[in-house]
Amino acid sequence: MLSYFLKRLFSLVPLLLGITFISFLIIHLAPGKPSYLKEMNPRISAEAQERLIRLYQLDKPILVQYIHWLKRVIKLDFGNSFADGRKVIVRIRERLPITLLINALSLFFILLFAFPVGIISSLKPNGVFDKCTTLFVFIGFSLPSFYLALLLMLLFGIKLGCLPISGIVSFNHSQLSSGERILDIAKHLILPVSVATFGGLAGFSRYVRANMIEVLKQDYIRTAYAQGIGRGRIVCKFALKNALLPLITILGLSVPGLLGGSVILESVFAIPGMGRLLYEATLSRDYPLIMGGVVIGAVLTLLGNLIADLCYAWADPRIRYQ
Amino acid sequence: MRADFWRKKRFVKLRGLVRRPLIFFILSLFLLFPSFFLYAQEDNQPCYGDAIIVGSIGEPITLVPILAADSASQDIVGLVFNGLLKYDKDINLVGDLAEDWEVSEDGLVITFYLRKGVKWQDGVPFTAEDVLFTYKKLVDPHTKTPYSGDFERIKKFEVIDDYTIKITYKQPFSPALASWTMPIMPSHLLKNEEDFKHFARHPVGTGPYRFIKWETGSKIVLEAYDEYFQGRPYIDRYIYYIIPDQSTLFLELKNRNLDYISLTPLQYQRQTNTEFFKKNFRKYRYLSFGYTYIGWNLNNPKFKDKRVRQAINYAIDKEEIIKGVLLGLGRVCTGPFVPNSWAYNPAVKPAEYNPEKARQLLALAGWKKKDKEGILLKGNERFEFTLLTNQGNVSRRKCAEIIQQKLREIGIKMHIKIVEWGCLLDLIERREFEAVLLGWGLSRDPDCYDIFHSSKTGPREFNFVSYKNKEVDRLLEEGRRVFSQSKRKEIYQKVHKLIYEDQPYTFLYVPDALPIIDARFRGIEPTINGIGYNFIKWWVPKDKQRFKR
Amino acid sequence: MSRRFILSGSLIIGILIILALFAPLLSPYDPNKIDVENILSPPSKAHILGTDSLGRDLLSRILYGTRVSLKVGVVAVGIALLIGVAIGALAGYCSGRIDALLMRFVDIMLCFPTFFLLLSMVAFLRPTVFNIMLIIGLTSWMGVARIVRAEVLSIKEREFIRYIKAMGAGDMRIVSKHILPNVLPSILVVGILRMGGAILTESALSFLGLGVQPPIPSWGSILMEGKSVMDIAWWMSVFPGIAILLTVLGYNLLAEGIRTLAISRS
Repeated sequence: MLSYFLKRLFSLVPLLLGITFISFLIIHLAPGKPSYLKEMNPRISAEAQERLIRLYQLDKPILVQYIHWLKRVIKLDFGNSFADGRKVIVRIRERLPITLLINALSLFFILLFAFPVGIISSLKPNGVFDKCTTLFVFIGFSLPSFYLALLLMLLFGIKLGCLPISGIVSFNHSQLSSGERILDIAKHLILPVSVATFGGLAGFSRYVRANMIEVLKQDYIRTAYAQGIGRGRIVCKFALKNALLPLITILGLSVPGLLGGSVILESVFAIPGMGRLLYEATLSRDYPLIMGGVVIGAVLTLLGNLIADLCYAWADPRIRYQ
Repeated sequence: MRADFWRKKRFVKLRGLVRRPLIFFILSLFLLFPSFFLYAQEDNQPCYGDAIIVGSIGEPITLVPILAADSASQDIVGLVFNGLLKYDKDINLVGDLAEDWEVSEDGLVITFYLRKGVKWQDGVPFTAEDVLFTYKKLVDPHTKTPYSGDFERIKKFEVIDDYTIKITYKQPFSPALASWTMPIMPSHLLKNEEDFKHFARHPVGTGPYRFIKWETGSKIVLEAYDEYFQGRPYIDRYIYYIIPDQSTLFLELKNRNLDYISLTPLQYQRQTNTEFFKKNFRKYRYLSFGYTYIGWNLNNPKFKDKRVRQAINYAIDKEEIIKGVLLGLGRVCTGPFVPNSWAYNPAVKPAEYNPEKARQLLALAGWKKKDKEGILLKGNERFEFTLLTNQGNVSRRKCAEIIQQKLREIGIKMHIKIVEWGCLLDLIERREFEAVLLGWGLSRDPDCYDIFHSSKTGPREFNFVSYKNKEVDRLLEEGRRVFSQSKRKEIYQKVHKLIYEDQPYTFLYVPDALPIIDARFRGIEPTINGIGYNFIKWWVPKDKQRFKR
Repeated sequence: MSRRFILSGSLIIGILIILALFAPLLSPYDPNKIDVENILSPPSKAHILGTDSLGRDLLSRILYGTRVSLKVGVVAVGIALLIGVAIGALAGYCSGRIDALLMRFVDIMLCFPTFFLLLSMVAFLRPTVFNIMLIIGLTSWMGVARIVRAEVLSIKEREFIRYIKAMGAGDMRIVSKHILPNVLPSILVVGILRMGGAILTESALSFLGLGVQPPIPSWGSILMEGKSVMDIAWWMSVFPGIAILLTVLGYNLLAEGIRTLAISRS
């Protein structure tokens, strides 16, 4: 098991190099140039611009730039953002927690709802419950998230006035007691988390449903029924366990989503998260920051895959020897 | 540019002496009707307190004044720092950190006499050292500043004493005065800081507001500086809230969580006329300092011909654009200067919408025949081109769509290509464009040498349309040499007329600025310089204040 | 039940196809005809669904938008399937080194932030309708490749394939004649599901201002425009919203129906 793990871990290194090199190439070759100017400004002279380019070392050949970058990254130094000169790692660190929180919460709620919905639907496929939930989750999936977000904002934020519509804390947040602060943040998170959950519910619940239907048809389930074991026990103990195994892979795959955040939700709800950060970095061609995002995303995706594989290997020993 | 917008604060001078009988009269009234005066006092006497919450789409990038190039950064910088000079409510240069200044006869030497007794927000006195330091940083090749250009024309920078500076220029350079609206940075705090990393997020200035905190991606908080040399501002706190989506920004205003945002024309005309808005908010409207235009690549054989550009100017109905895009909230632009600038030439009349004249001019230029689709032909070449503009600007997109339709009517096929900003700059830099729809935000100084002088057509320079006119060149050079405003006015009015005749740009419109502010704020007096110039004199009556300290 | 899914799904999609085909006949106005005197007028006799912020007839724009949205779905998914199936089948069938190499490539592609890929491609190519489809296709084939590979892997090991192989059939023939037909139901289901997804991606791009170029109407861009005037012009967001919802729903019902049908058959 350990050797398998080490082997897999080691194989990630060339993959990472590949990812970073290709990204570096695409990012630097893509048309457009670094600019944190939103409008043209005639006070900015051509010499000054040339100087910026030299200071950013953008006049060197791409390979040289890549090696420079790689040397620093090995020392875990992602360099400084072009836009404000701060460390890339600092800029990512201040944005990451909120994105993680929102995505983890919505993943949690997706699972929380998807399981019961999927399982109950699978017990009576095409029953009333199944039909209703199917329609419901499909509507969630089919609405563009920014539209749904705005509808909810209008309803809960303006019409009913019971939920805050933007940001993650209130204006008077710093004056609240610690209990009130948590409540304050929780209130702000309700709308973004609901939109994300609603949108993602369809995928998981349908998946659980399909797997359960499949498993419930297996011989051993029928045997269990024949032995007189209660239905509840069969579903919870035998069927569920087997239906859940493939979910490991899906969870592994959702790791990058946890970090990447969503530009659209973060813009609509004014949440200072990773999605917006990387989007703005891309628009302004803030190369070090984009690369920082790519590396962190890639490492975590690969680790997520690895962990998923390991879980599989642990659950199913045959895989190890392939 | 919005930096100037905030920098213009004004001294309210106390009106002359009050005569004694009047005082007696007032006192007796006060004794007779105390309650009346108490009320009057509450409503007319500025008082301290409350906070203003400003909503913004963009987040500042850096609070180092000499690096700040985006309008969000300049909003904050303008409140925390002062320049040597500033613009007053009538757009005249007046002293800020400098009490007075002199320009030598030959225009080569400018002497600034600095204000005494000004203190940085950490208590250290402000002196000439700070100005020297700021200058040195501006021209230091290791500083990533975009503003070095104006300051590289300085030959000698002498500190005569703590409060006197003598600056010698290589040539007479009248925009130099405007360049000294550049905010001054504290030498004592930055001498040992290599790259402003800490300062960029914890600035200390001489301005009316002290920096308190910056929560990345969500807000910036400033607090009134008690010892501000022009008097403490009335409003205690200034909170800059960042909401990247226009619709959300508006919803938060509607929820009364924001006090001040800029409206879109649709919001101004259609979405804010309810009783609710009339009761709780005040809308303002004044011409902005900027214009939207189409720049033609004059190296392109199609657009080299002046008649073609003039024809297009006749074919585009600017009034329709103003109606469709701005819902009437703007003016037709007639050249490189806006109506509120002293350089504006009112004698230049905009070309009327006249498609017939446009067709004639095009025919003169050789575009006579039409193909099956109705597109004009010259030989075998179809009159077809692509208009570039940047992503994320709804007005420009709509504007392009209207123009597209109008040009199609006279037989020109125009494609629209919307690309993101970094990409657009790149295409412009490499001159890979035919026409581009953009806007200029203007400084209060009319010098537009960088935009229209024929020597400024290099790769990263701003005469990207490659406009060349000897007479305009000569006038622009002269405009930089002469200091007298009346003489410069004459010069720039000529420039205005010549450029409109040549049509290197198709000048479209000057939009109105459309701020909306919570009704509890008093003391807002719109002038041709907008409303921001006297921000420190804004106040809220005690009974209407929403935020207690 | 699966039949009812298929029926209702194909009904929705069928109607949309008809609307798209006959858009020029059905539209009461030129969808690009600007009328600044009639900005954001509510639904009326003259304009059944009202007008947009440049006074253009919303019904006509939505009808023409049907063309864009359907095209985006079909072509983008077509491209994604083409690449995904080719790479997935190759990897699954050849296994060993080629498999490892191809799958690593898929991993690399999956690791890129999708919108970055989208953005840089929009920068490279002119954002015409075709390029938008190409871009969405090029950034969404990875999932297909994975699914196809997994299916091919499992089918390859079945008795009948071994038997055919023993008979001396060529690899190309085995893959195209025997393996892919068995993978087809999954491919179909994934493909149809993705068509809905592609429409949503287009509207997301429109949200970022990078959707199809004006004046071509797409549902995403109309909806995007409508969201800022929800309080005074509900028709601008409700109608395109319903259009997107119905289409994506239609695709999903169809896919679901085919899936259950395939399962019940096998």
